[in-house]
Amino acid sequence: MTALPPPSSKKLGLVIDLDICVGCHACAVACKEWNDGGAFGPLPDENPYGADPLGVWFNRVHTYEIAPGIPLAANPSPAGGSGEKGMTVHFPRSCLHCETPDCVTVCPTGASYKRAEDGIVLVDEDKCIGCKLCSWACPYGAREYSEVRGVMQKCTLCVDRIYNEAFDAHDRQPACVMACPTRARHFGDLGDADSAVSKLVAERSGYDLMSEMGYKPVNKYLPPRPRRDGCGSTRKPAETEKVDFSTSPLLRWVDKVLSR
Amino acid sequence: MRPAFSVIFFTVMSGSGYGLLFLFGLLFAFDTPLITRNEALIALAVGAIFVIAGLLASTLHLGQPQRAWRAFSQWRSSWLSREGVASLASFAPMLALAWCLWRGGDPNVARALGALLAVLAAITVVCTAKIYTSLKTIAAWHNAYVLPGYLLLGLLGGAAWLLCLHAPHQAHVLKSAQPDFKLVDLRLEELLVIGFVLFGLASITLKSRYWRHIDTETCTSSIESATGLGRFGAVRSVEAPHTEENYLTHEMGFALARKHAARLRRIALILIGPLPILLALAAFLFELCAPLLASCCMYATAFVVTAGLFVERWLFFAQAKHVVMLYYGGARPHSA
Repeated sequence: MTALPPPSSKKLGLVIDLDICVGCHACAVACKEWNDGGAFGPLPDENPYGADPLGVWFNRVHTYEIAPGIPLAANPSPAGGSGEKGMTVHFPRSCLHCETPDCVTVCPTGASYKRAEDGIVLVDEDKCIGCKLCSWACPYGAREYSEVRGVMQKCTLCVDRIYNEAFDAHDRQPACVMACPTRARHFGDLGDADSAVSKLVAERSGYDLMSEMGYKPVNKYLPPRPRRDGCGSTRKPAETEKVDFSTSPLLRWVDKVLSR
Repeated sequence: MRPAFSVIFFTVMSGSGYGLLFLFGLLFAFDTPLITRNEALIALAVGAIFVIAGLLASTLHLGQPQRAWRAFSQWRSSWLSREGVASLASFAPMLALAWCLWRGGDPNVARALGALLAVLAAITVVCTAKIYTSLKTIAAWHNAYVLPGYLLLGLLGGAAWLLCLHAPHQAHVLKSAQPDFKLVDLRLEELLVIGFVLFGLASITLKSRYWRHIDTETCTSSIESATGLGRFGAVRSVEAPHTEENYLTHEMGFALARKHAARLRRIALILIGPLPILLALAAFLFELCAPLLASCCMYATAFVVTAGLFVERWLFFAQAKHVVMLYYGGARPHSA
């Protein structure tokens, strides 16, 4: 059934910490590796060693630059070349397992569904006709179509790992979470206010992506903390007087120490 | 959005087919003697062929067309599924009416079937349009202009082909056989020509407004809301996750049409508005003095309108921007 199930109390999802993600793509690679051989695989590549490789990945890591001093509206082409200090943020993007996703309800076949018991959004690849409408309905780009298999594929939250009793308890986590070398990814029940992930979200003011779309993503993102140089602070930096230290390296060093 | 030819062909052909069947069903329900039995059968057959050709083309867009039957199952939530169901349902009155005409059944039953056909044809086109208008991710489709656009352009295409089937040279032949036929026959043709001109004028007005709307509208989402990083300042994509295209940038990042938009829009407007209207009026004028010329004009009208609909539909897809491209900084990481 592509009609959404009643809201479940259990909402499994990820919390992604943008403060410490270093953009190493390990999550994306581990995801590809697990799911290629997992219950929902393969994740085929077309022309993998040729000029135009194309393939299905459930996880994509973007890199953004933020120009702190520049107001959004007044600046059509921010950051680059503006002379401002920029803040670089690595940004992993995958399915957010929304509470009210359109990608499920638009599906004409019932292949796309949201699990009633834990809210995971999945595609039944034996029912999918490959009409691609669900990928059009998703604002987050979570779904990638496989030309080779003729079906839509997406993040499964490693449903074949997290309930897998053949694994030790600490291994029952999504492959991306297991692989992250900086522990920027956390897995848990976001429907339970006392869970570690919910506490983390409350403590760090975790937020939704494109909340204006109204799909109520379960996955949350933790904002980067302010940097030592002032980048990432939502407060406007205090105006500082320009001082000329060109004549004295000692004074320059003193200034640097005192500025910390 | 990448314009898939199969989907463009489907929406244009089935739209015109259902437009034809709607007008035919309506005319038939209100005034059966307006249309001769042979004309009615031909109109039904042509409408059905357009619709079937469109539906078959739409399955070419599928990755697993052999499972297409599954698409009839989720009508409770999916407009695509509802469209499939409505489309299949419309074949019931279509076939029943054809049988009724062939075997000379009760005219009241035939009229009721005509009315039912018109209703189901309209419902199917509404469902087609709703597939697109229900997508919040594509602002160019998620607005109030799209549904009336699909209905109106379906009527325009349908009226052009119905006029064509009712081509003046046929009327001429019939008139010589049935002396009292002329008055009634002229009424139908007048109706159709007036309808066609009105649909054409309404279409170009609506499309112009639609284009003005999508040009001036500002998207509520931005790269700042997509990443949630806007609170820190202006956000710029410095590196995409992949150096080559992926499915998303290939499917949603199509940018060619925006370059040629203005010229293509002018072409579409001329082909669905002034040119076919002039041709249809010429056909109407030449009907008595030069029936062959008139009939050529009539066929030209239908082909010109259909060509215009293809350009319009291509733009409808190609110009639509998908919100996911915000993650890629609004442009494709790799231009092919």
